[in-house]
Amino acid sequence: MSSSSSAAAPHSPVVRLEGVTKSFANGTLALDRLTLDVAPGEFLSLLGPSGCGKSTALRIIAGLSHPTSGRVDWPSAGEGAGAHARSIGFVFQEPTLMPWATVFNNVWLPLRLKGRSKASVRDAVMDALERVGLAAFADAYPRELSGGMKMRVSLARALVTRPKLLLMDEPFAALDEITRFKLNNDILKLQAELGWTVVFVTHSVFESVYLSSRIVVMAARPGRVFDEIAVPVPRPRNESFRTSPDYVALCREASDALTRAMQAAGREVA
Amino acid sequence: MAADASAPAAANRTAAPTDASVWRDRVLRVVVPLVILVLFVGVWDWYVRAYGIKPYILPGPFLVAETLVKDWGTLSGALLVTIRITVTALLLALVGGTLLAILLVQSKIVELALFPYAVVLQVTPIVAIAPLILIYVPDTQAAVLLCAFIVTFFPILSNTTQGLKSVDHNLLNLFELYGASRWQTLVFLKIPAAQPYFFAGLKIGGGLALIAAVVAEFAAGSAGAGSGLAFRILESQYRLNIPRLFAGLILLSATGVVIFWLTSLASHLALRRWHESALARET
Ligand SMILES: Nc1ncnc2c1ncn2[C@@H]1O[C@H](COP(=O)(O)OP(=O)(O)O)[C@@H](O)[C@H]1O
Ligand SMILES: [Mg+2]
Repeated sequence: MSSSSSAAAPHSPVVRLEGVTKSFANGTLALDRLTLDVAPGEFLSLLGPSGCGKSTALRIIAGLSHPTSGRVDWPSAGEGAGAHARSIGFVFQEPTLMPWATVFNNVWLPLRLKGRSKASVRDAVMDALERVGLAAFADAYPRELSGGMKMRVSLARALVTRPKLLLMDEPFAALDEITRFKLNNDILKLQAELGWTVVFVTHSVFESVYLSSRIVVMAARPGRVFDEIAVPVPRPRNESFRTSPDYVALCREASDALTRAMQAAGREVA
Repeated sequence: MAADASAPAAANRTAAPTDASVWRDRVLRVVVPLVILVLFVGVWDWYVRAYGIKPYILPGPFLVAETLVKDWGTLSGALLVTIRITVTALLLALVGGTLLAILLVQSKIVELALFPYAVVLQVTPIVAIAPLILIYVPDTQAAVLLCAFIVTFFPILSNTTQGLKSVDHNLLNLFELYGASRWQTLVFLKIPAAQPYFFAGLKIGGGLALIAAVVAEFAAGSAGAGSGLAFRILESQYRLNIPRLFAGLILLSATGVVIFWLTSLASHLALRRWHESALARET
């Protein structure tokens, strides 16, 4: 493992969690000494049962929540860079769009908050919308869109700032399977085009294997890393990967790990 | 650009319901209330004629209309006074209520300090405070205006405060993530999110402003200097000029309807693109 002193070394992680513990005021130990490196360019999935602290970990990485103890380091971001300089995109489980604003204005928001005028970002916003296939809907309001389309707007909003690190918290959990498959492919395509590093939270074994280069399986009560599975299948991946023996074998492995993680949590409670 | 290729699809998406059904709906909206009105006036007129009711008990509708025209000089002057007080009170309450609401949600201390007193002011019946206000404020018009303002202020304050607080937490997180300032969060997030609540407050406030203007003027009535519609109604009662009383009453109702219509229109125009309350349910 590279030492953290070589801050700008080519393989230093984008973000490193070291012994991150989070306990809430009500006594819940949401995360117990979580240690995790996110390498540049990787697609990391956090897979685990509900309540194992996946969202909490993501919020801590985003700076929306702070660890009770432990450290979050940004070795490649340089000293003293503020949370906003770290260039993070966040996609929530719900599309989280402003209902009173058009699709264009929703995607404009992150840049608008940085003081950029509408005229100066028109190309950037339209480019983001084109990448998610919604350029024709720039003037529509969120209520006029389907669930999948709203999620795409949310994606466009996350990518318009050209983030280095994209955090996604079960973004497709509420969508039907067909839409989810489509969006999975879109995510892979966008990652290839834009060179994102992604941390993706899911409780779907199939989704995590299809998308990830590495899966971290988490267990609950207290939330912790339980197992880690590499998915050394080259990209681009497409529908034929979904039916390959490799895919089936990896799904079985991940599923077994998840089952064991849930049993481990169950034993401790019992 | 890819947008051009799929533009027709986007245009299709907003296709309106057929013109015919829209027109049918509009005509019904006007015709049905009109039919009811004509029926009502007809029965009223028939009753007064058939039973020979004296005009100082219940004047017929045509006598009331005649009075309305004959006394238009006096009545229109009074109407203007009442409208001016109502509208001024509503505008002051809009500005004051909204500003105070913004202040309340910026600081917990300010909210703790001020909100209970706003409630006290609201729950004390205005008729009971009016005599005091009339003593302390020498100018009757100003006193009536103050009463109307106090009554109108609260629904706008409490609705807007509620609205400013009812912001989607995920959106708040998003704003925080992108480093939004307090001011940006207020302008781009909290104020737009509060709009439906604000307009609900406006509709309630509009109606209350008129009611309070009338009540306060009743309370001021004997003080003499009043010349709004409420004063004219009282005066007509003393002089047993019942047709004029009815004429004044009709003007008051009409004013109330117009205020309701205007506030509803403002609400509709502001919310029609996005808020559920302003959308026609598509079937
Ligand atoms: N704000 C909070 N206050 C108290 N407990 C919380 C809070 N947020 C999350 N928790 C608890 O922390 C644990 C982990 O939650 P979370 O990170 O949301 O799990 P996941 O996303 O894996 O379902 C759960 O037991 C949850 O109830
Ligand atoms: Mg979660």
